[in-house]
Amino acid sequence: MYADLIHFFTTHWLGQAIVILAECLAVTVPLLVAVAYMTYADRKIWASIQLRRGPNVVGPFGLLQPFADGLKLLLKETIVPSSANTVLFLIAPMITFMTALIAWAVVPFADGWVIADINVGILYLFAISSLGVYGIIIAGWASNSKYAFLGALRSAAQMVSYEVSIGFVLVTVLLCVGSLNLSKIVLAQTGWFWNWYWLPLLPMFVIFFISALAETNRTPFDLPMSEAELVQGFQTEYSSMPFALFFLGEYANMILLSAMGSILFLGGWMSPIPYAPFTYVPGVVWFALKIAMLLFVFSWTKGTLPRYRYDQLMRLGWKVFLPISLGWLVLTAAVLQFGGWVPGK
Amino acid sequence: MASLDRTARTFLLAEVISGFVLTLKYMFKPKVTVNYPYERSPLSPRFRGEHALRRYPNGEERCIACKLCEAVCPALAITIEAEPREDGSRRTTRYDIDMTKCIYCGFCQEACPVDAIVEGPNTEFTTETREELLYSKEKLLANGDRWEGTIAQNLRADAPYR
Repeated sequence: MYADLIHFFTTHWLGQAIVILAECLAVTVPLLVAVAYMTYADRKIWASIQLRRGPNVVGPFGLLQPFADGLKLLLKETIVPSSANTVLFLIAPMITFMTALIAWAVVPFADGWVIADINVGILYLFAISSLGVYGIIIAGWASNSKYAFLGALRSAAQMVSYEVSIGFVLVTVLLCVGSLNLSKIVLAQTGWFWNWYWLPLLPMFVIFFISALAETNRTPFDLPMSEAELVQGFQTEYSSMPFALFFLGEYANMILLSAMGSILFLGGWMSPIPYAPFTYVPGVVWFALKIAMLLFVFSWTKGTLPRYRYDQLMRLGWKVFLPISLGWLVLTAAVLQFGGWVPGK
Repeated sequence: MASLDRTARTFLLAEVISGFVLTLKYMFKPKVTVNYPYERSPLSPRFRGEHALRRYPNGEERCIACKLCEAVCPALAITIEAEPREDGSRRTTRYDIDMTKCIYCGFCQEACPVDAIVEGPNTEFTTETREELLYSKEKLLANGDRWEGTIAQNLRADAPYR
């Protein structure tokens, strides 16, 4: 009987489909809950920076606020502007949302806890995060509104610019690891927390984090939605569920980039102190804590820094980050080569 | 040297980090928000909120239908009709305030020779329909009965300054 069940789930096509579906749900549902509470944490953190209280009425400490907001968005009417291209207009938020979710397929939550342990995981992540731009461009184009269009143009230009420096950061890490597999990247950082790559590659970690802010259109790079100039950017014409999908996608992307940051620089599921009792804590908990820490810095940044001007943003991306990351890449390669630390040799 | 210092500060993100430290300090300061409706900020005795018609302690209404408030009202929100009562005293038969017109200037209260129409401390009188904001004499007298304690106290507190 038991053997039959195992046989069914491992070999029969239906059993395999059920297993895959269950895996997807096991990743997506906690992720969406995390997104909901990320919005709550955001609001609480900004509030305390501004000496306010933040949401505190719906449920104990306002903990049910994200669900109240979600329900509100769900019950609202979906407005499609008469001049908009209806099909593209509705597809755009789905693209943003889906690309934010499918990237999670290769993220290792703990040792062996990964849906698709493919050997080019980091390349896949990078490709998917680039695809996310399409949702935004299509949204801006299909809305047929000048604010949405300008917002989408800004957003696209910004994401493309900062992806270049993120790419160099990734290559630097890959040089040190010698593998594109995300689990191998984490395993390469075994040891105390100062063995993780954030310390040896500190400038790259900082560049990665700042580029992640630009990638997710967060302050100080939230130009696509600078409300004084562009109302709400590419989201201007969106309401109800399409808006909610954009919102979820954006926050899921933020969590994804934090997860990438923890995998590349903060040792993924590793415990910071490689001895008991710290190693008894499940890896997924350490991973979640590291993501939460990076997300806190995301919110903290939004509470601290004013918005960049557009030309400053482009200058920073192309004239500062690109040369620095390129230079550091060459330096890392040289150190590895002449120091005899090339992995796999 | 100064330019070197400046460049170093820029690349080490010195200003940005000092900003982060400042906001982190603020995060642990006590909140300044008044937690309305569980907490309220104090109101001046002169606060001009919802209107009320007052009565004497024996239950007789104060208003003598002099129509000074109607005359002084800059928004023309007050409508008064008056007739002699059976006992010969002059009283209003109709005293309406259109709260949607009222600008809360307090002139009615200033004009009243018998302290009958006053603006009380209440600010929570939102309604779901417009009609509910067209106050009648009964509504205003009921307001007076409800808020008399606070109103009398406020008038006493403000009296030395008039």
